[in-house]
Amino acid sequence: MNLARFFAAIVRRELQIAFKRWGDLVSPLMFFVMVASLFPLALSPQHEMLRNLGPAVLWIAALLATLLSLNALFRADIEDGSMEQLVLSPYPLALALFGKTVAHWLLNGLPLVVLAPALAVTYYLPGEGVRALSLTLLIGTPTLSLLGAVGAALTAGVRQSGGLLALLVLPLMLPVLMFGARATDLAASGEQISGPVYLLSALFLLALSLLPLASAAAIRISLD
Amino acid sequence: MWNWFHKLASPPHFYRLAGIFSPWLLWSSLILIAIGTYGGLVLAPADYQQGEGFRIIYVHVPSSYLSTMIYALMAITSGIGLIWRIKLAHAVAASAAPIGASFTVVSLLTGMLWGKPMWGTYWEWDPRLTSELILLFIYFGYMSLRASFEDIGKADRAGGLLAVVGVVNLPIIHYSVIWWSSLHQGPSIKKLDAPSISGDMLWPLLLLIAASTLFFGAILLYRARAEVLDREHNSRWVQDLLGERPGAG
Amino acid sequence: MVDCSKTCLSAIDLTLWRGPNCLFEELSFQVDAGSLLLVRGTNGSGKTTLLRVLSGLTRPESGHVQWCGESIEKTRQAFTAALAYFGHADGLKADLTVTQNLEFSARLYGRSGEQVSGLLKALNLSQCAQLETRYLSAGQKRRTALARVLMSNATLWLLDEPVTNLDSVGRDYVEDRLREHIAGGGLAIAATHEDIRLASESPDEIFLGDDA
Repeated sequence: MNLARFFAAIVRRELQIAFKRWGDLVSPLMFFVMVASLFPLALSPQHEMLRNLGPAVLWIAALLATLLSLNALFRADIEDGSMEQLVLSPYPLALALFGKTVAHWLLNGLPLVVLAPALAVTYYLPGEGVRALSLTLLIGTPTLSLLGAVGAALTAGVRQSGGLLALLVLPLMLPVLMFGARATDLAASGEQISGPVYLLSALFLLALSLLPLASAAAIRISLD
Repeated sequence: MWNWFHKLASPPHFYRLAGIFSPWLLWSSLILIAIGTYGGLVLAPADYQQGEGFRIIYVHVPSSYLSTMIYALMAITSGIGLIWRIKLAHAVAASAAPIGASFTVVSLLTGMLWGKPMWGTYWEWDPRLTSELILLFIYFGYMSLRASFEDIGKADRAGGLLAVVGVVNLPIIHYSVIWWSSLHQGPSIKKLDAPSISGDMLWPLLLLIAASTLFFGAILLYRARAEVLDREHNSRWVQDLLGERPGAG
Repeated sequence: MVDCSKTCLSAIDLTLWRGPNCLFEELSFQVDAGSLLLVRGTNGSGKTTLLRVLSGLTRPESGHVQWCGESIEKTRQAFTAALAYFGHADGLKADLTVTQNLEFSARLYGRSGEQVSGLLKALNLSQCAQLETRYLSAGQKRRTALARVLMSNATLWLLDEPVTNLDSVGRDYVEDRLREHIAGGGLAIAATHEDIRLASESPDEIFLGDDA
C-alpha cells in the first residue's frame, strides 16, 4: 500500500469514529458560539464598539475552541493501544499523525470557518471584514491544529494536561492570532490585507513542513 | 575532538571541571560588574533626552540580551542531547531555564521602571516588552512541561523537543510583534531601546553585557553541578565523592 | 558478535530502570528463526516493558536490540515491516465494529475482505462482527487483536499475554497458529504467566524479577 492510501485510511478511520461521537464534535463549536456571544452581553451591544472588538473576539474564540478540541487529539489512541500500532507500523508515524491532524481540522477547524461569518454579522462587521475573517480563519486554523498537535503529543502522557497544553501552545499560536485578527480588523476598515495574508500562508507552509515531524518525535517520547 | 567531547560529557569529569571553573567565572564577573556599574552610574553622562533615567539600560539591556541568549543555549544543548543522547546536555538545558526566566523577569521589571518616567505608565505594549513577556510564557511552558513528568529521561526529551520547536518560533514571534506594533497609530512613542549612544555611555554597557554573561556562566555551572549530582546520586562516583567528605552522606 | 546474515532478534546488554527499580540489567539473548522464547516472571517484573523495548517503543537505559544484525533504530522501517506487536492494550477503537477495526488493519497489510471474514470465522468472532468493540468481552477483544497479528504476515511476533482471557478453544487455536508460525520459520517472543504448550520440545524461557 502506498503512502497516499495509508494517509486516506487514517483520515477515513478518524472520520468514522468522529461520526459516532457527535457530542465531542459539537461541544467545541458551541463553545465558540458562546464565547463570542459573551462579549456583547458583558459589555454593551453598541454597534461601534462591537465592530471594533469583533475581529479580536472572534479570532480568540476560534483559538480557544481549537485548543479545547485538541486536548483529546491523541489521548484515546494512547489509552487503547492504537498509537502503539501506528508507531510500530512500517508507515511513517509523522504521516499517520498528520492524517489525524487533518481529520481534526476537518471536524473542528472547518466548522469554525463556516460558522464565523454568521457570528461576524452579530458583531456588525462589514462585508469586507467578514470575508477577511473567513479567509484568515481558513489559512490560520490549520496552522493552529498543527501547532496544537505537537502540544497534544507532548502532553499526551501527562495527567491533567488541559492547562499545560494551553501554556505550551498559546505563546506559539500568538503570531497566527496577531496576523489573523489584525488582518480582519484592517479589512473591516477598508485597507489592503494581502501582506498579513501572505504571512499567514507562509506560517501555514512552515507549520505543514516541520510540525508533523515534531509531533511524531513527541509521540515517541510520550509512549516511551 | 570527538574524544574530548565525550570526555567532557561524562558527568564526573564535568562535575570536576565545573567545580574548578565556576569560582573563577563568578569572581571575574563580579569584579567586571562592579567596574561596569561604576562606569554606568557615575562616569557616564546623563542622556540629553532621557536624563538620569536612561541608566536603567545598564541592567535592562544585559538581562534582555541574556534572556534570549539563554533560550538559544537551551535549544542548542537540548538539540545536542536529543541527537547524540548526551544526558549532560539535557542537564545543562534544565539548569539554564530558571536562570533564563529570571533574567526575563528582570528585563521586564526594569523595562517597566524605565517606562514610568518615559511613557508615564509602567506598561506600554512596546514590541520589546511584549516579546519579553511572550518569552517569559515560553520559559514557563518549558518548566511546567518538565515538571509534569516523573521520569527524568522523559522530561529531558519532551522538554528538549519543546525548546527546539520554541527556538524556531522565537524569531517568528519577535517579528510578528514588530509588525503588529508598527500598525499602532498613536503619538510618536519612544521605543524602549538604547539611546544613540556616546562612547562614555557605551563601554560600561558592553562591559556589563560581557560581565553578566560570565555571571550567567558561573550560575549555570553551579546549578548544572547540583543537577548532575542529583541525577547521578545512585552512581559509583557520587557515592565515592560523598564518602570522601567527612560528615557528608 | 552476531551473525548478520540470518533472521534473528538479539538483545544485547539491555538495562532498564523504572524509578528506583532495576527491571533488568545487562540482559542478553538471541532468538533465531523458527523458535519461540517465553518471557516469564511475576506481575510487575517487567515482562511488558521488555517486550516494549524489543519492539522499539521503549528505549533501554543502555544496550540495544538488533534485527538481523542491525540496530532496530537504524533499520526501523524494515524491522517494523517484519513485526507484529500484540500489546498489553488491544489497540482497538471502542467506537468501531470488529469488522471496521479489522478492515483498517487489512488495508494496511493489503488483505482482502474475504480474508478478514475467514479469520473472524476461525476466531469464532463471526456473530459479533458488526458489534462495536466496546460491547465485547475481554476475551473477544483479545481475539480481535489476535486477528490483526494473524493477518500481518510478519516474521516476528511479540506477544504480550497472548492466551490470557481466552477460553480453551481460543487457547488451542492460538497455540496451533503459533506452532505453524514457528514451523514456517517465524520467530515469536511471548510474555506470559501461563503455560504455552507446543507439541515439540519445550521452548526457551527467560525469567525476570526476583526468581532470575
